[in-house]
Amino acid sequence: METYRKEQFDRVGLQNSKQQEMLLGSPTPFLKDAWRRFTKNKGALVGLIAITIIFIFAILGPYINQFAYNVLDKIHVNLPPRIQFLEKLGIFNGFEGSYNPYIEKGFTNSYYWFGTDVLGRDLWDRVWMGTRISFYIAMVAVGIDMVIGIGYGMISGFFGGKIDTVMQRIVEVLSGIPNLVVVTLFVLVLKPGITSIILALMITGWISMSRVVRAQVIKMKEHEFVLAAKTLGASSFVLLFKELLPNIIGQIIVMTMFSIPNAIFYESFLAFVGLGLQPPLASLGVLIADGYRSMITHPHLVIFPVVVLSTLMLSFNLIADGLRDAFDPKMKGF
Amino acid sequence: MAKYIAKRVFLSLVTLFVILFILFMLLQFMPGSPFNDEKLTAAQQAVLMAKYGLDKPFMIRFWIYLQNVVLRGDFGISYAIKKDMLVSGIILSRLGTSIRIGLQALLLGTGLGVLFGVISGSKRNTWMDSMATVAAVIGVSIPSYVLALILSYVLGYKLRLFDITYKVDNPIGSSILPTIALSFFVMAQTTRFLRTELIEVLGSDYVKLVDAKGVAKLKVILKHGLRNALISVVTILGPLTVNLMTGSLVVERVYGIPGIGSLLVEGIQVNDYNIIIMIAFVYSALYIFVNLVVDILYGVIDPRIRVAKGG
Repeated sequence: METYRKEQFDRVGLQNSKQQEMLLGSPTPFLKDAWRRFTKNKGALVGLIAITIIFIFAILGPYINQFAYNVLDKIHVNLPPRIQFLEKLGIFNGFEGSYNPYIEKGFTNSYYWFGTDVLGRDLWDRVWMGTRISFYIAMVAVGIDMVIGIGYGMISGFFGGKIDTVMQRIVEVLSGIPNLVVVTLFVLVLKPGITSIILALMITGWISMSRVVRAQVIKMKEHEFVLAAKTLGASSFVLLFKELLPNIIGQIIVMTMFSIPNAIFYESFLAFVGLGLQPPLASLGVLIADGYRSMITHPHLVIFPVVVLSTLMLSFNLIADGLRDAFDPKMKGF
Repeated sequence: MAKYIAKRVFLSLVTLFVILFILFMLLQFMPGSPFNDEKLTAAQQAVLMAKYGLDKPFMIRFWIYLQNVVLRGDFGISYAIKKDMLVSGIILSRLGTSIRIGLQALLLGTGLGVLFGVISGSKRNTWMDSMATVAAVIGVSIPSYVLALILSYVLGYKLRLFDITYKVDNPIGSSILPTIALSFFVMAQTTRFLRTELIEVLGSDYVKLVDAKGVAKLKVILKHGLRNALISVVTILGPLTVNLMTGSLVVERVYGIPGIGSLLVEGIQVNDYNIIIMIAFVYSALYIFVNLVVDILYGVIDPRIRVAKGG
């Protein structure tokens, strides 16, 4: 039998260690790299700033004036917005057309920044309380369907075979039902309230998340690092949570960001169809649904909640777009 | 291909059955009875329950219900909106208006969307592209009812260009505003999708070859780029349909359109369950139908899918 000696072999390629690795600068971690790309995106940055501002107002807003969101006031009814200082510039001066109820009715010292509603409640407080509730509903609903969606998607994608087939048939049937139908009927059955709205959003929301997670897991599980971990005896649990999950977290974050405006939209949609929260609680959707009835005489009742809601939805979408491009430039058009 | 279609049709029928079952089950849990009249005594209520067959066990009622629905298209009678009239009659008389406005919005939205998508995708990173991209993000984000409110306030009330409410004797003119409100999302989504697709197609080798051969730029974009990019735009028809249905509920309400969206809202407010169930079923059936057509169409126009999904 022939034996091979070291001298018979010649090293091809790298001649000395200097040529081996010539990295310029230190390697950039994945998240840091994503963050750098994210901040380069002007739209996403604007969205992030807008949401931060709205968030701060939603927390502090109700405390910085002397009114409360749920106190009825029979005298100060349907007042248009009026803000100190700005009134001298000719805006927010309490005029509604050529009529100024602040002057006519003698409320010269009252300043309702966003005006008041039919029952004399301060709209400034109601808008920010409403934002808070819309935020809350969206966050909880999306949080829950993230957990369900990730679990379902990972199991379905990782184990494959019969389990996957059965699980995907179920998803196919469920996704054949329009969200609109499920959400509306569910809230109708459970009676409108924060919990029932969250439950309804949860039931419909996890499906798209599970699909993304499944597709990613199927793609990722073929990689060598998973095989290596498997060879070293890693259990399915370790493979799923230590090897696969960290590698698909980008897609999950992007999907979550797309789900939040969706949840905010459905909540306001329910309010508009008459399945919103009950007074004195009010979300942005409830405020818009109430305000639009008197839109022509008192436009301020609908303008402020609409502006906040639209800004919120727009900002979340901008951030989601930015994150998508930052995490995976190839995942466009999702 | 035939096997694939048969499989898809079967799955759609199963989904429809599941939906009908879920709807019927939910119907049992609805709060309040359809006979919420305080003047009725318990005995009278019992008589009414028996008359409408509400006193039989669940599965038997579902079986009767299923037969009525499948064989006669009968979803029961209305309890509140138009007492004792068949809900199928009420809904069918209103369905046309909703579908017409939905189609108007779909045509306007996809038409403009394709136009903007082509401009944006072929003139990448120009001011036209930026404008179209910004408009598209706004269109995707702003709910259609907010748009409906803005349009009716500005164009309808302030400028008095269009009718604020829908008028039966002027079905086209008075449906302009609702059509625009509904089409905005469709337009935005089509623009976004087409842009991404077009950029990818225009970057592919065969387009580069055609370009290198000196074919006119416009012809390259329209004949070689757009045709291939449009194929995948077909896939977003499903989500677009859902959006149009969701939007129709609120937009019909804002403009007072006598369609099934506003009927559903009305039904929700007066607990007219049979109306709610049937409209929910019509919406689901419509959605499933669109998805089925999209899947089959996609297989027909794109041979790659046919092969991949064939088994």
